[in-house]
Amino acid sequence: MSAERRAAPVAYWVVFAALLVLTGVTVAVAGVPLGRWHAPVALGIAAIKATLVVLIFMHALHSARLTWVVIGAAVFWLMLMIGLTLADYVTRPWATY
Amino acid sequence: MPAEPPVLAHHFENLEQQHEASTLAMWLFLATEVLFFGTLFTGFAVYRRSHAEEFGLASSHLKANVAAVNTALLICSSLTVALAVHAAKVGRPRMLALCLGLTLLFGLAFLGVKAWEWQAEYREGLVPGETFRRDLWGAGVNSRRVEMFFVFYFVMTGLHALHMIVGLAALAILLLRYRRYSPEYYTPVEVFGLYWHFVDVVWIFIFPLLYLIRH
Repeated sequence: MSAERRAAPVAYWVVFAALLVLTGVTVAVAGVPLGRWHAPVALGIAAIKATLVVLIFMHALHSARLTWVVIGAAVFWLMLMIGLTLADYVTRPWATY
Repeated sequence: MPAEPPVLAHHFENLEQQHEASTLAMWLFLATEVLFFGTLFTGFAVYRRSHAEEFGLASSHLKANVAAVNTALLICSSLTVALAVHAAKVGRPRMLALCLGLTLLFGLAFLGVKAWEWQAEYREGLVPGETFRRDLWGAGVNSRRVEMFFVFYFVMTGLHALHMIVGLAALAILLLRYRRYSPEYYTPVEVFGLYWHFVDVVWIFIFPLLYLIRH
């Protein structure tokens, strides 16, 4: 086996550095007065970090189509649960809980 | 020396098929885990919306800097797991053992920091229930709503820590058996890696949601 293949992919170190930088960014941004944009920005950064982990560290990028179906289903169900639940609550003017 | 058990289970055609079946099964399990933690995130979103002021107040009592250090520890552990899987794949057993050992240390450090955080919060009277401090939040603040934030906090971080403990137990077993894994058979390392990275992803969302969004 060639030395090139034995060495760990550079991508792992790049993702590692990106995750640390993005953690710093999300902490720094929390102190900036963004008003109502705090949650979307923090969640956006978290989503980027999660995507990097899933694609590179978890090898989703080079995995079988069946794996993609499972990942897609998990994300779809999660969005369905959060989306439909919030669609209900944000359209209720009265609090029931 | 007793013969090693055959790594290919009898119901599989070959090692490749066995590897694919095992990783797919882990992905399926992780899909159920997404929904398991997802219900908590959904509930948190609903309450965060209606109790925004109290949840922001409660969040500012958490130690965000300590949690940022913990986030960095978990990211380091994810890197060492990724390197461990690669080491197993290319047949470097000593590198594999080193990376798994480092992961174990990062994981234990995370839990140690988390345990310290919890005891500090216990002393500050932030644990929901009889001993919850209702006088910390100022006049006109509904302390029941503040308490609700801490229910989410302790359940979510607690379940996350439970997943870490299960992961560390699996990791200890891998570490004891690291010589068994080779480029032909490293499925347990790969499957463990998927689980560990998932637990990291859960924390990636817990950290900003619970600790950082205060407005």
